[in-house]
Amino acid sequence: MLRVFRNRPYLLYLTRKAFWYLVAFVAAVALNFFLPRLIPGNPVSVIVGQMSAGAVESATLERLYTAFMRDFGLDQPLHVQFWTYLTGVLQGDLGTSFMLYPSKVWDVIRQALPWTVALQVPAILVGWIVGNVLGALAAYKGGTFDRFAFTGSLMLSSIPYFCLAIIFVYAFAVHWPLFPASGGYSFGYFPEWSWAFFVDALYHYALPFLSLVLVAIGGQAIGMREMAIYELNTDYVNYAKKLGVSDRRVVRYVFRNAMLPQITGLAISFGTLIGGALVTEAVFSYPGLGSLLFTAIRQVDYPMIQGITLIITLTVLLANFLVDIAYGFIDPRIRAGQVGER
Amino acid sequence: MELLRILLRSNRFMAGFWIVTAVLAFALLGPTLLTDVGPFQRVGGLFNPPSRDALLGTDNFGRDVFTQLMYGTRTSLYIGLVAGFVATFIGVTIGTLAGYASGVIEEALMGVTNVLITIPPIVVLILLSVAVDARTATTMGIIIGVTAWPWTARAVRAQTSSLRTREHVAIARISGVGSLEMMLVEILPYMFSYIFMAFILQLTGGILAEATLSMLGLGPFQTVSLGTLLHWSLLWESVRVGAWWAFIPATVFLSITTFSLILMNAGMDEIFNPTLRHTR
Repeated sequence: MLRVFRNRPYLLYLTRKAFWYLVAFVAAVALNFFLPRLIPGNPVSVIVGQMSAGAVESATLERLYTAFMRDFGLDQPLHVQFWTYLTGVLQGDLGTSFMLYPSKVWDVIRQALPWTVALQVPAILVGWIVGNVLGALAAYKGGTFDRFAFTGSLMLSSIPYFCLAIIFVYAFAVHWPLFPASGGYSFGYFPEWSWAFFVDALYHYALPFLSLVLVAIGGQAIGMREMAIYELNTDYVNYAKKLGVSDRRVVRYVFRNAMLPQITGLAISFGTLIGGALVTEAVFSYPGLGSLLFTAIRQVDYPMIQGITLIITLTVLLANFLVDIAYGFIDPRIRAGQVGER
Repeated sequence: MELLRILLRSNRFMAGFWIVTAVLAFALLGPTLLTDVGPFQRVGGLFNPPSRDALLGTDNFGRDVFTQLMYGTRTSLYIGLVAGFVATFIGVTIGTLAGYASGVIEEALMGVTNVLITIPPIVVLILLSVAVDARTATTMGIIIGVTAWPWTARAVRAQTSSLRTREHVAIARISGVGSLEMMLVEILPYMFSYIFMAFILQLTGGILAEATLSMLGLGPFQTVSLGTLLHWSLLWESVRVGAWWAFIPATVFLSITTFSLILMNAGMDEIFNPTLRHTR
């Protein structure tokens, strides 16, 4: 082992993690590059052909064609194309949008990204915390409480995100118009740092946030309950009980031990929940990446779709890496260098 | 058979099982027994409310929602099944190989698996769906399956490595049983309950992935699925005009199907995993 890592297990852990995330990043960029090139034929003529089905002037078409040929670099061999794409991505150049020509993809995404992050990160975190407490309580109390909490969580977690979103829009925005049915802020407002805008945005935030949080709570509670029941049956708990250690203290140990796998669960949430959350945004016409993706797919805007998938991957990888860093701090076995990779 | 008897006694499993069976019967027999119009046939005007002619009203094109629901459920279940089979097959193959082989092969296979797990599945799903031009229900099932296998592979690998140290495997090895036979005869059969549970989870995930993709507008062409039903209701604003019959049935069916599948899974988990039973 390298000398730098001697007696520094945490640094070793971090370097290993960083390496794997780098591999995942390159793999993701490669997928983003190669998969759209599976489209049979020259993608640019396919795209421009699809656009000419609509009533677009031929001069505009020609300009588009040259612009996209240059963007894709299709006259170059494949490995040169990939290199061009990779350096472009690293410089924040994701190409030009079809539907919002001549806007750059990154400029459009940059406006939508904060809305998505502001909606989904708090929803996942709140859902995770509440779900864990509920799951631990269910495991500890058992009996009727457990049966209700477990079945309830099972029900909540199996309702697809967007189904709950649709029901919420219909119930609380159309049938009983308590909340706005769509958008991130009211017509006539403009995104700015003002109190009035903040209140208005919060009003629009409530329903999509709630619909995401409720489903997230269900999933986390089930996982935590399983872990806690498992811990409650272990030897150290039985031994502590026989010794007469107070219930509260036992629960604290159980909670802390059951918590570790749940932190990995948090990292998984970021990756798996994003799909459903994107559709939830589309249901609420929330001005985030989900709604943008919905429009981009309908308008066959390949560069935009590709840009959004890339940004989503990067965000999720970054979130996972942060969770892993925190995990290294929290799990004493990693500080002591007793746990190998994964 | 012993296992089957225990399963029949589990309330959770049986409740889930009967709901799934009911949904399946509705989707398979409904189109011939309960309706005499096609899923794309116009039977009325824009968003006609439920009546005796159309039990669940009509959608934005004046098509019968009740008929569409049956055809849609059928397509969704079919896509889920294809995805479940593909994902379970790839996952079990790679997981068993990695767990049994150990060494460099294991490292390589699990390295690929772990990298793929880190990339959010929806991203690969979107990119693949965009790239495949003519999407049928079958291609969608395959697309979903080839992106969903890493979780199964990881879980199966863990099971295989623990099974590998069992005594009956050691005895088989001494008797000179080859690697392939070893995996097929001495290891796989011991994981059947586990693999079946993984399959149910993949089936559930497949149905949800179809709905997600279809709602984003990447659904199967010229077919109705629960996802495309919801996509149309989103495009045509049926939620905001209050035409509940156009979207509530598909929403409820999706939720009920996934709920009952997860219920079955939870029931099996309790039986095959005695540590989960409450002792208090």
